[in-house]
Amino acid sequence: MSQPVQSKQHLNRNLSHKSVMNLCIASGKGGTGKTTIAVNLVLALGERAELMDCDVEEPNAHIFLRPEITHSKAITTPVPEVDFSLCTYCGQCAQICRFNAIAVVAKRVLLFEDLCHSCGGCSLVCPTKAITETTRELGLLESGHRDDIRFLSGRLRIGETMAPPLICAVRQAADPDKITIIDAPPGTSCPVIAAINGADFVVLVTEPTPFGLHDLKLAVEAVRLLGIPCGLVINRADIGNREVYAYAEEERLPILLSIPFERRIAELYSEGKTLVESLPEWQPAFVQLYEDIAALVRQKEALCVK
Amino acid sequence: MREIVIISGKGGTGKTTLTAAFCALAQDAVFCDADVDAADLHLLLQPQIQEQHDFIGGAKAEIQPERCTACGLCQDLCRFKAICASHNAELAVDPLLCEGCGVCVDLCPEKAIDFPPQRCGEWYISNTRFGPMVHARLGIAEENSGKLVHLVRKEAMKLAEQKARQLIITDGPPGIGCPVIAAIGGAALVLTVVEPTLSGKHDMERVLDLAAHFKVPARLIINKYDLNSRMAESIVQAAKGRGVACLGRIPFDRAFTLAMVQGQTLFDYPGAEVRKEELRRIWVEILAALPEDKQRLSLNMYE
Repeated sequence: MSQPVQSKQHLNRNLSHKSVMNLCIASGKGGTGKTTIAVNLVLALGERAELMDCDVEEPNAHIFLRPEITHSKAITTPVPEVDFSLCTYCGQCAQICRFNAIAVVAKRVLLFEDLCHSCGGCSLVCPTKAITETTRELGLLESGHRDDIRFLSGRLRIGETMAPPLICAVRQAADPDKITIIDAPPGTSCPVIAAINGADFVVLVTEPTPFGLHDLKLAVEAVRLLGIPCGLVINRADIGNREVYAYAEEERLPILLSIPFERRIAELYSEGKTLVESLPEWQPAFVQLYEDIAALVRQKEALCVK
Repeated sequence: MREIVIISGKGGTGKTTLTAAFCALAQDAVFCDADVDAADLHLLLQPQIQEQHDFIGGAKAEIQPERCTACGLCQDLCRFKAICASHNAELAVDPLLCEGCGVCVDLCPEKAIDFPPQRCGEWYISNTRFGPMVHARLGIAEENSGKLVHLVRKEAMKLAEQKARQLIITDGPPGIGCPVIAAIGGAALVLTVVEPTLSGKHDMERVLDLAAHFKVPARLIINKYDLNSRMAESIVQAAKGRGVACLGRIPFDRAFTLAMVQGQTLFDYPGAEVRKEELRRIWVEILAALPEDKQRLSLNMYE
């Protein structure tokens, strides 16, 4: 009985080939509309897609998707714990730690848990095995559903500095049979890299202003460093100036979608409402956005095979 | 000397636009751009760079193939999965994944792993038409943004001391993670710029919790409040519930964007007199909200 089902699944996976993919929505500048694009895209695609909120410092996707959260799990990272009955205060742990998370002063060992990067060096070099590991909570991994759409989100603990390992934990929970839409954090440093690394395509959302363009250029550099194809969505397309369009042409970056600045859209957004649900004429635009991206990914695949 | 740090939780609420406007109003201040990931303040303040320095963030592991015996111990020990075997079975470090912990460096039996410090960006001391400025540029995909934030704030403080200036205005990063924590520790006041949206409210609550966690006094400014006045009021109430007062409500005004396109602060831009008057009034309130100058908290977290 299980045999034919399994082979059918295999067949499906082969047939659908690269229609299953990881699609990351990012931007250099914050507040350009990443979450808007991610949520509307997943709503337009329905059950074949899942939404992953990797902006763990300020996760917002749930506000718009309004999923039912069914699971919440603490994600932790290992940190050292010292058994003082075994400690000889030799100081080797402090010597290997590059993050100043452990210090040995006379007959005292000081632990600065918040600075620990969980490399495990101190417990490895401790000659008396006085150091074992306990855990520090990074934040929560929440999961649930909105109708048939699967939803996952990371939520960094207040005061926690290390977002990347939490982002990795969210991404590990991806369903390989679904189109995964990743809502990335703003910027271009390590949390962004953790969110976009390994994606098949990155959508960069920008606005046509000097700030938008300046930060877009940084984001394009980051995506290119990782060798991932990318395209643009231009939000509030009629504010500011035309320089972002000239830049897109120069760099041969496809403009996949433009959203005008309209008071009505801004008001819907402020209430946590989505375009696809409130203005259904947007539904086909987001389906088309996905189709265009899928075509670009197939094109790149074909080039790579050649 | 006192420092005001402008943050927002959510990105794109108008931090840099308002920071630049306050820089134009401030007398006797030093400016600091602590959003090192995507620094934009220079686009409005047009700094003339006086000094340029490398930012050495941390070290990264580098396997020397001629000394490596491919025993694979480093691969087993690395918790960041940064060491991979290439097709000819040579081991190499992926610099994007390397955390710079040095565990492989110290424990390699052949001493085959070097640990060269990395140049992760640049920082600058500049002059602007409103006063001196410290800013930086973090390299693409780099770590250590918290360390660089700490560095620019420290340099801004030194500069303020040198120039006998009493105030530092710092443009902070979005979010609540490492760079924000590095940006607010020891500040006299954090000014939180919020937009009147449900997500803006959610993010404000988290960033105010962060400020409370690090015991930094906070105040609120609502930007573009008239895009949803009802939401704006609910945000003011939510902040009040956390003991944080709102110092001003600024309406949506295209003048801000038009000025930005010209590389100007609102005060360089002709017209928009009503907005300018409001901003002047808010600036007076901000200065009044600054606590008495007291010994700064230690900024030593990253040293």
